[in-house]
Amino acid sequence: MANKLIGEMGLHNKISNIFAARNIITAKDALTMTEFELMELLDVGIKEIKSAIKLISEATSPPYQSARSLLEEKVENEHLSGHLPTHLKGLDATLCGGIPFGVLTELVGPPGIGKSQFCMKLALSASFPVAYGGLDGRVIYIDVESKFSSRRVIEMGLKSFPEVFHLKGMAQEMAGRILVLRPTSLANFTESIQELKDSILQNQVKLLVIDSMTALLSGENKPGAQRQNQLGWHISFLKSLAEFSRIPIVVTNQVRSQNRDETSQYSFQAKPKDGLQEHTKTYDSHLVAALGINWAHAVTIRLVLEAKSGQRIIKVAKSPMSPPLAFPFHITSAGISLLSDEGTELKGPGINTIHARGHSDVINFLGECS
Amino acid sequence: MEAWRLPVSSSIRGKLISAGYTSLSSISSVSSSDLARDVNITEEEAFEIMKLANQASGSNSCNGSRSLINGAKNAWDMLHEEDSLPRITTSCSDLDNILGGGISCRDVTEIGGVPGIGKTQIGIQLSVNVQIPREFGGLGGKAIYIDTEGSFMVERALQIAEACVEDMKEYTGYMHKHFKANQVEMKPKDILENIIYFRVCSYTEQIALVNHLDKFISENKDVKVVIIDSITFHFRQDFDDLAQRTRVLSEMALKFMKLAKKFSLAVSIYRTHYYTSLTLTRLSLSRGHTQPVTLRLALILQSQVVLLNQVTTKYTQGTFQLALALGDSWSHSCTNRVILYWNGDERYAYIDKSPSLPSASASYTVTSRGLRNSSSSSKRVKMM
Repeated sequence: MANKLIGEMGLHNKISNIFAARNIITAKDALTMTEFELMELLDVGIKEIKSAIKLISEATSPPYQSARSLLEEKVENEHLSGHLPTHLKGLDATLCGGIPFGVLTELVGPPGIGKSQFCMKLALSASFPVAYGGLDGRVIYIDVESKFSSRRVIEMGLKSFPEVFHLKGMAQEMAGRILVLRPTSLANFTESIQELKDSILQNQVKLLVIDSMTALLSGENKPGAQRQNQLGWHISFLKSLAEFSRIPIVVTNQVRSQNRDETSQYSFQAKPKDGLQEHTKTYDSHLVAALGINWAHAVTIRLVLEAKSGQRIIKVAKSPMSPPLAFPFHITSAGISLLSDEGTELKGPGINTIHARGHSDVINFLGECS
Repeated sequence: MEAWRLPVSSSIRGKLISAGYTSLSSISSVSSSDLARDVNITEEEAFEIMKLANQASGSNSCNGSRSLINGAKNAWDMLHEEDSLPRITTSCSDLDNILGGGISCRDVTEIGGVPGIGKTQIGIQLSVNVQIPREFGGLGGKAIYIDTEGSFMVERALQIAEACVEDMKEYTGYMHKHFKANQVEMKPKDILENIIYFRVCSYTEQIALVNHLDKFISENKDVKVVIIDSITFHFRQDFDDLAQRTRVLSEMALKFMKLAKKFSLAVSIYRTHYYTSLTLTRLSLSRGHTQPVTLRLALILQSQVVLLNQVTTKYTQGTFQLALALGDSWSHSCTNRVILYWNGDERYAYIDKSPSLPSASASYTVTSRGLRNSSSSSKRVKMM
């Protein structure tokens, strides 16, 4: 829309030529300048500028829809009104059906918690035929840290969907639909996703998994600030990719320790009592999601996986349509499964904190393994 | 009306007419000193004539303020206007109270907060609540929702709409004597029908849309609230020339103002919070570098603009603190500023800036039914 040509907007010829003569060819060129600046540049009266801008704006404005037609479109055109089931009953119920189409869903948690396992299971279920709750399509799995294991995927398939997987050739077909990419650098990744943009619809790609986003940046040798800015382009690109292809995009994110200097208070808030500060430092590892707050804004659903006192928990930390529920889970040969479909509601900002087991939990000096 | 009807002396009347001032409108359109010069009378006489002309033409300004400055209103008239301004409830009576009854029309309200605090929730709640019919104390209007980030989830809007309809039914149940038997009932799908959704994908589209809103709203007069979620998203990423960005945003701000004033709308702009990288390299920063880029925005939106904004950190008084993005100058543009934050386990809203409301904070919760009071255990929404 921004690159619409002024010449084709039906402006009066005279003014149209003046715009062109000063190299203002697209809507973007015209609208980026203020009316006053245009008046000076084009040497035209303010009234004519105003009416020209009015026409250009009308032509460049995005179309509108009522929220009702948005909903009806989703219900009619998309599988399960635009959701990819995770086959975890409690989670699917909270998310109104599953991982939503058209937006970014983030999985964040400490290493070894089960993010990649979750992703592999999702990839598998997306490749399934519709009758078994899948999307009957291809999956692009961007595996940055080489965590994808086809053997594991097939094991998951055999254990969780035996009736499908034991059919002849099914395993091959399902696995064949998952395309694994291993980009070697951020530039490589950028190229690949740009190519993807055109081929998603043609090739029936129904899910994009990026595991993990943080790892892509860790290879780049730039200090923290620039690193987050680099992501800016990728954030908007991925968002628009998700929205326009109407596919779910699942991204995993890692954690980092919270910097002592990090602020969380506004100037008008009273300083917390020292006792409170101490309390937050007693967890084994005080972790926050990596990739920064820009990223946090861009994702629509954030699922936090953490380990607390030996129990693994998956929390719905950010979701516009769900209450902040936490579900205990464990990992079996069939993948991730919830220990309880009834989540516990966590009020307050605690839903966003990420706990991890310290090593003292794992290594018991009396010789037992945890 | 004709000038010869003015109760002035015949000689002055004659001078007026021979100078060409035959109608009252021609007299009202000049200043008294020009009139005096033109007609060859003293300034006092000219002033007297203008006063009479204004009175005769039915202006009800009691001290001739119309003739002083075109377009000015006196404070007494404005007080009457302010008191009768309709307000949109947030469905949380504590929040409504600190806002003076709700989000007011003709004001730009900016709402800022960290991700996940509930800005989009408030936006969706407002776009549903503006539709509450007049019989229930609402505005019975439509909403425009401008989504720059893709954060609008239609399933959530449906949840909130359904809750609103249920609450209205409950209210009608109590007040059944007052309503006609064949009252047309609002259904949740009808509510969704009245939310006009624009998805903006670049700052060019954002600028184009703001320009176009004038025409759009004149054609859709029942729009009573415009929600922009969020205003800064596109401007943070793509602009290379920051000075240019400032100018463009300023102009956009002025346009919002005009819109709000012209159509007596509520415009809501959301600003999100972001942490600048400055937090991680504190030692290398000097005072001068830590200020985020401030933009000159003289937004004087009088319509109800709810601005959703983002947060950044600012180095002040020796410590880092959170602040809204785009800096202080943007803040000058809005009439009211509300900051949403976490206080322990509760969500709070703080009136950071308002010309008429005292600084206050109130807690609220986000439930499956939408925004509600946190302390109240009652699910019933207080209708105004």
